[in-house]
Amino acid sequence: MPIPVVDNVRLDVRKLIERFGSDGTEPSRGAIRDIGEHRGDIRITIQTDKLPEIVRFLRDDPELEYKFFSECLGVDYSTWKHPRTVPERFEVVYNLVSLRHFSRIFLKVAVNDGQEVPSLTPIFPGANWPEREVYDMYGIRFAGHPEMVRILTPPGWVGHPLRKEFPLGGERVDFPGGTQGPAVGEVQMPYAGDSWEGKTGSEDVGGR
Amino acid sequence: MRTESGMQPQEYMPDTLPTLEKKGENTMVINMGPQHPSTHGVLRVVLELDGETIVGLRSEIGYLHTGMEKEGEYLDYRKALTMTDRMDYLAANSNNLAYTLSVEKLLDLEVPPRGQYLRVMLTELSRIASHCVWLGTHSLDLGAMTPFFYIFTEREKILEMFEMFSGVRMMPSWIIPGGLRGDMPDGFESKLRTFLKEFPAKLVEAEALLKTNPIFMARTQGVGYISAEQCMALGVSGPTLRAAGVGWDLRKSNPYCGYEKFQFSIPTTTNSDVYDRFLVRMAEIRESVKILQQTIDELPSGPWNSDDRKVVPPPREELDTSMEAVIHHFKIYTEGISPPVGEAYVPIEGPKGEIGFYLISDGTAMPYRFHVRPPSFMNLQALETMCLGRMVADVVAIIGSIDIVLGEIDR
Repeated sequence: MPIPVVDNVRLDVRKLIERFGSDGTEPSRGAIRDIGEHRGDIRITIQTDKLPEIVRFLRDDPELEYKFFSECLGVDYSTWKHPRTVPERFEVVYNLVSLRHFSRIFLKVAVNDGQEVPSLTPIFPGANWPEREVYDMYGIRFAGHPEMVRILTPPGWVGHPLRKEFPLGGERVDFPGGTQGPAVGEVQMPYAGDSWEGKTGSEDVGGR
Repeated sequence: MRTESGMQPQEYMPDTLPTLEKKGENTMVINMGPQHPSTHGVLRVVLELDGETIVGLRSEIGYLHTGMEKEGEYLDYRKALTMTDRMDYLAANSNNLAYTLSVEKLLDLEVPPRGQYLRVMLTELSRIASHCVWLGTHSLDLGAMTPFFYIFTEREKILEMFEMFSGVRMMPSWIIPGGLRGDMPDGFESKLRTFLKEFPAKLVEAEALLKTNPIFMARTQGVGYISAEQCMALGVSGPTLRAAGVGWDLRKSNPYCGYEKFQFSIPTTTNSDVYDRFLVRMAEIRESVKILQQTIDELPSGPWNSDDRKVVPPPREELDTSMEAVIHHFKIYTEGISPPVGEAYVPIEGPKGEIGFYLISDGTAMPYRFHVRPPSFMNLQALETMCLGRMVADVVAIIGSIDIVLGEIDR
């Protein structure tokens, strides 16, 4: 059953605005910072501390039933050149699915380096690994997570690979026993993008 | 690996001993993998056992991490496509399609009907091939060797068909933004028709060895239970979710590539154990055969590619006569395609569950963010719930029933 749409506003968006929209009358209100629509996808940016409350509302509302936790991912906007609605450096995007309406909603929270995001593991146990991955790749910590440790990189790894300032190659590679493997940078290997970027003689196509 | 100065290797190198907090006094912690054949790759599972009963479980992943998401930010949209094959290498076409649909959503591009039918054909063949590997290895894990040989013979026929298309058996990269790299090759149709005629009987042969086999049933029935509610909260999708009784299939619920035109059903079962996942996947293979029969019978004629020259290179013969075509060709191969600023996520129903690529474009030729939602990654989280309280020998059966691919989990 598709999600009901009244006056071009989806039921879930309308309910969220009713409950959490900003009109300044109640302290619990004003949790929504921005609502964006792009090619039929709804993306709602919310206040970071209101995240568990909103997710719980979406999950428990009998008309919505956003019970399927699809995933969450991080984005580093430090080299973004276009206008944005929020100033913070990182965004964490949550992807929830309602198996009642087969609709999907994207919730976003924005944080700066060092700020914590409340963990969704008490609500959706499936948030465990994706949140660990976001921490591993971006260094965003999740408050209340049962085990905030790296997941894909080894425990001794330094840095967070998906931050924009982290280089694609060129580091020395350490092996057990104090030996070091071939450092890519020492053999003058260009970054993958450099091999063709901006070499066409016309406009700068790479942009970074 | 970068290290902080002054650290000795033994200080920062990962502790290779199990990192499981013991729950009981008289329990034993044992290690399984990452070189264990039944973990289907480099998965390491640390088990805490009380006698033979599992009281604690922890999965360690990341041994195959190659930084594909980082790499994707430095490759243009057409080049990044080839990396998607190497994630779930057993169903490369599904990954190609998921990635391609996201790029096309960024571009707001439509593909002609013939292209869509050929895409459905390739992804359904992929689904059968992936389920064949699952059936073979899963039965091998449980001690039955014959189905492996039977079903891999059939899988080889599918890989030969991919080879006819692309020249590559496992990594075709044939589905590209804008359509496909080429039309169906000569002789493919008869080959597919022969395959569809012979395959159901061969499938029965392999299935009959397991379906009523008392040993297989004893090892699988009632093993690895997980409720539908738990599945949804854990983000478990695909056959594992359908075996728990939730008939959610993205091909039906959010059709893409014209799936709404095909007649097929969503097999579900209610017991949610290893045996039911076997039944669901076997039924899914049969549904895929049905879809394939419809694609080949109703295949429309006409172009298979979008005519948007900013995305799809012009055909070879146009280059001889049109200067514009030469320019488009040159631009696509040197600069790539540049979708407008935006974000897109188009999930599809892969053989293992919901797979989708979250792409963010900043208007340049390379994705600003290249993220994949790998179904195996989310499905593997359910392993702990399924295993706790079971015997140690059940772990092998349960890992097999989730159908994981570590290339996709670690990326």
